[in-house]
Amino acid sequence: MSAVDFTLLIAAALLALGPTAIFIRRLSWAATFIYASAIVMCGLFALIGLAGLAGYGIGSSQVLPLGLPWIGANFHFDALTAFFMVILGIGGGAISLYAVGYGRHEHAPMRVLPFYPAFLGAMAMVLLAADAFTFLLSWEVMSLLSWALVLTHHQEEDTRKAAYVYLLMAGFGTMSLLLAFGLLAGPDGAYGFAAMRGVTRTPVMAAVILVLMLLGAGSKAGLAPLHVWLPLAHPAAPSHVSALMSGVMTKIALYGFIRVVFDLLGPSAWWASPAVILLGAVTAVLGILLAMMERDLKRALAYSTIENIGVIFAALGLTMAFRANGMTAAAALAFTAALFHIFNHMAFKSLLFMGAGSVLNATGLRDLDGLGGLIHRMPVTSFLVLVGAMAISALPPLNGFASEWLLFQAVLLSPQIPQAGLQLMIPAAGGLLALAAALAAAAFVRIYGVGFLGRARSDAARCAVEVDRFSLAAMGLLAALCVLVGVLPGIVIDAISPVVEAILAGRLPDQGQDAWFTIIPIAEARSSYNGLLVMVFVALSASLAAWAVHRYASRQLRRAPAWDCGFPNADPITQYSSGGFAQPLRRVLGVNLLGARETVVMPLPGDRSPARLTVEVGDPVWGRIYAPIAATVSTVSTKMNRLQFLTIRRYLSLVFLLLIFLLLGLMIWI
Amino acid sequence: MVLVVALAPLLVGIVRKVKSRLTRRQGAPLIQPYRDILRLMRKEVVLAENASWLFRVVPYMVFAATWVAAALIPTFATGLQFSWTADLIAIVALLGSARFFLALAGMDVGTSFGGIGSSREMMIASMAEPAMMLTVFSLALVAGSTQLSTVADYLASPEVGLRVSLGMGLVALVVVALAENARIPVDNPGTHLEVTMVHEAMVLEYSGRHLAMIELASALKLLLYVSLIGCVFFPWGIAGSDDGIAGYLRGAVLYLSKLVIAGVLLAVFETSTAKMRVFRVPDFVGIALMLALLGTLLLFVSRSL
Repeated sequence: MSAVDFTLLIAAALLALGPTAIFIRRLSWAATFIYASAIVMCGLFALIGLAGLAGYGIGSSQVLPLGLPWIGANFHFDALTAFFMVILGIGGGAISLYAVGYGRHEHAPMRVLPFYPAFLGAMAMVLLAADAFTFLLSWEVMSLLSWALVLTHHQEEDTRKAAYVYLLMAGFGTMSLLLAFGLLAGPDGAYGFAAMRGVTRTPVMAAVILVLMLLGAGSKAGLAPLHVWLPLAHPAAPSHVSALMSGVMTKIALYGFIRVVFDLLGPSAWWASPAVILLGAVTAVLGILLAMMERDLKRALAYSTIENIGVIFAALGLTMAFRANGMTAAAALAFTAALFHIFNHMAFKSLLFMGAGSVLNATGLRDLDGLGGLIHRMPVTSFLVLVGAMAISALPPLNGFASEWLLFQAVLLSPQIPQAGLQLMIPAAGGLLALAAALAAAAFVRIYGVGFLGRARSDAARCAVEVDRFSLAAMGLLAALCVLVGVLPGIVIDAISPVVEAILAGRLPDQGQDAWFTIIPIAEARSSYNGLLVMVFVALSASLAAWAVHRYASRQLRRAPAWDCGFPNADPITQYSSGGFAQPLRRVLGVNLLGARETVVMPLPGDRSPARLTVEVGDPVWGRIYAPIAATVSTVSTKMNRLQFLTIRRYLSLVFLLLIFLLLGLMIWI
Repeated sequence: MVLVVALAPLLVGIVRKVKSRLTRRQGAPLIQPYRDILRLMRKEVVLAENASWLFRVVPYMVFAATWVAAALIPTFATGLQFSWTADLIAIVALLGSARFFLALAGMDVGTSFGGIGSSREMMIASMAEPAMMLTVFSLALVAGSTQLSTVADYLASPEVGLRVSLGMGLVALVVVALAENARIPVDNPGTHLEVTMVHEAMVLEYSGRHLAMIELASALKLLLYVSLIGCVFFPWGIAGSDDGIAGYLRGAVLYLSKLVIAGVLLAVFETSTAKMRVFRVPDFVGIALMLALLGTLLLFVSRSL
């Protein structure tokens, strides 16, 4: 049995698990059974993917007599599919393990259980699809199932609104994809991916397809300004589904983009790339700034997803720029950075969402200003979330830094590009990415510092208890992955190289032979980085210092009340809140970039009412783009409403007029 | 590696001494910072009641990250044993790790001063870090490498003359160094109990050996920036990997004199300017960001600028 058959079988089994859940819903072990089966199947996905990256089963395909009658349903398994299978397998597996514990707390498990495994299966089908019809069908099934999962807590008004916005955006995205595939297929109707690769296109046509893909796949991944649904929908779902949507589904959207733009379209003209780079860099800064301002824990994480998607798109844009100029080695570096970051984001964002879920479970709160002091009550969760926060802030020696480092190395290769416009733009985009990385560290100090450190701000946080072992095991697994990949980045780069080779016909030098697992993307004199040694050095010098101090100096310790410069205050409310922590950056960057406003209402002398500080900050995209569109639609539909109350004569004359109009049009056309 | 730790408090001592003399005070002896650190180490730690394990680990982590970063910067010779472990970008990121932990420690006890310090430190850092990264970009573009030893070797070679972009990079890096080391226009290192303090507010709850580690780490950070500016912009007399003992000796003497000069300059600068309002700081660091960006862009306009 070839790899593609095997994967298809597992995906079909996952899809079938959904209806099964309905039949076994009365059994007490239904949830455990569903999630356990999902773990096993995701594990198989990961294994198949890894085997694929090692070269087994690559290139196998299968045609089933379903779908469009003249081509059937095509499936294909290549290196790119294999890489994303690993993402889906590891992410989905760890999240299902988490769900074994977390899912017990769900009030209405049947709102999740039928959709959850089928959602995993649909994502696998998207990866396997090798013709436009199958791809779009799987994509739409994936969207609808995730929409159903977002609606789990449908009693809440916010959730319904989030699901509605998500449905609208998903519909818009699929429409763009439909048009993109229509153009890709060309006049001859080449709907199979293999046939699409052979079609030659004008640069303008390629650019139109690129724009449609940016709209279609970008809206699913969360590219600004199409990201508005993401911070609403991802947090509204149950936490394991949030993790799956943020950690895995956005990657499937990126797969769609890479498959079409890099594989099916082929090299594009150089002037197409600056848009992608700029969109990515702007998305990154906008996303992380909004994460900095947000006080809802899960929503802040969703905004940080937008930042990472921006970073990945910037790396993909760089790849396009290098590729258009035939610089294969540089393109391979940027593409490796993009894929590496995709992998890393899957690991740490899933981990962080699980952490948020554990906090939600233990305290019932998502509001950062109600939390605090969790490091005492939930020590293991806090430690694991700390690892995730360090990884996402791109701190060495963890994995987030390794991929950002590769990206910066790619940015530094820009002087070799012949076009002056690109040359000037890429370092500026590099500056934006550096700004985003620095802001990410600030945002996660804020999230962790307010949420997990300090003193508890509510009774719920004061009485929190550690979560169950399944949840901890799942988080521990991903945290270990973050450390391992960060320390040994060379192994991942080598594992990615078949994908890079397949898409770009070039790759980075083999990292396996470098001493001590150093990574050297171009040449040793140019740049090298060794996560293992950095970790060993830091660990060694920290323990050396601690040992020396404890051995030769003092080891006495006394507990006393906090000093706080002589102003100790017993009330936890005097601690810095999430809004207070964000205030400096809100004033510095938020006023200009986000339109943040502060109003202070001071009572008159003698008036005893409290003074009020109101802060208005939100996503500027809502006000500038979406609100006008919504207003226009509303106005037009109100006007059109009049047509509903006409007399029969008027309706008949309308039909007649339309007929004449169409005939006239036809006449002019011919 | 030991050298930088041994020298770091001396640099702090020089700066303090010169500042005292400039304000017509006698000033503490040069070795006072060593005495301070030893005294702190021998004292017992008074730990706030709700401090977590993170609060106790952070001083050592901060010290270790800064130490490793400082050890990776060529001081008087470029042939470092482990220079290939991490390049300039990784050094910037290691300092970022140290800052991340320190800011978390500021939030750990749950006092208002700790929060104020962490929040402002992260605000300043989020401007200073991109500025430093862009300076690194322009250095890397000039030297064709982000490997610090290679950069220093290249910039020490005679074919590099005066360059506008490097001048801009120098100004940007000096501003970043002032901001990151909590020096005067941005923050006052000699203060306690001032509403505008940043660094001191974060470490307010530390005492005893923990405080000693943090003081040592910030001294190391100052030395790191001075060495970095020295080896990149003033690489005279830095010994190559194949120079003999004489070359090393000459390099060491020149390095020490560079340290003294930097210390004196810093002290003169600090006594002659006043501290800024907190919300003027972003403008100040923003200048560094813009200069660094301009320096990088100039390189694209003309290779020789």
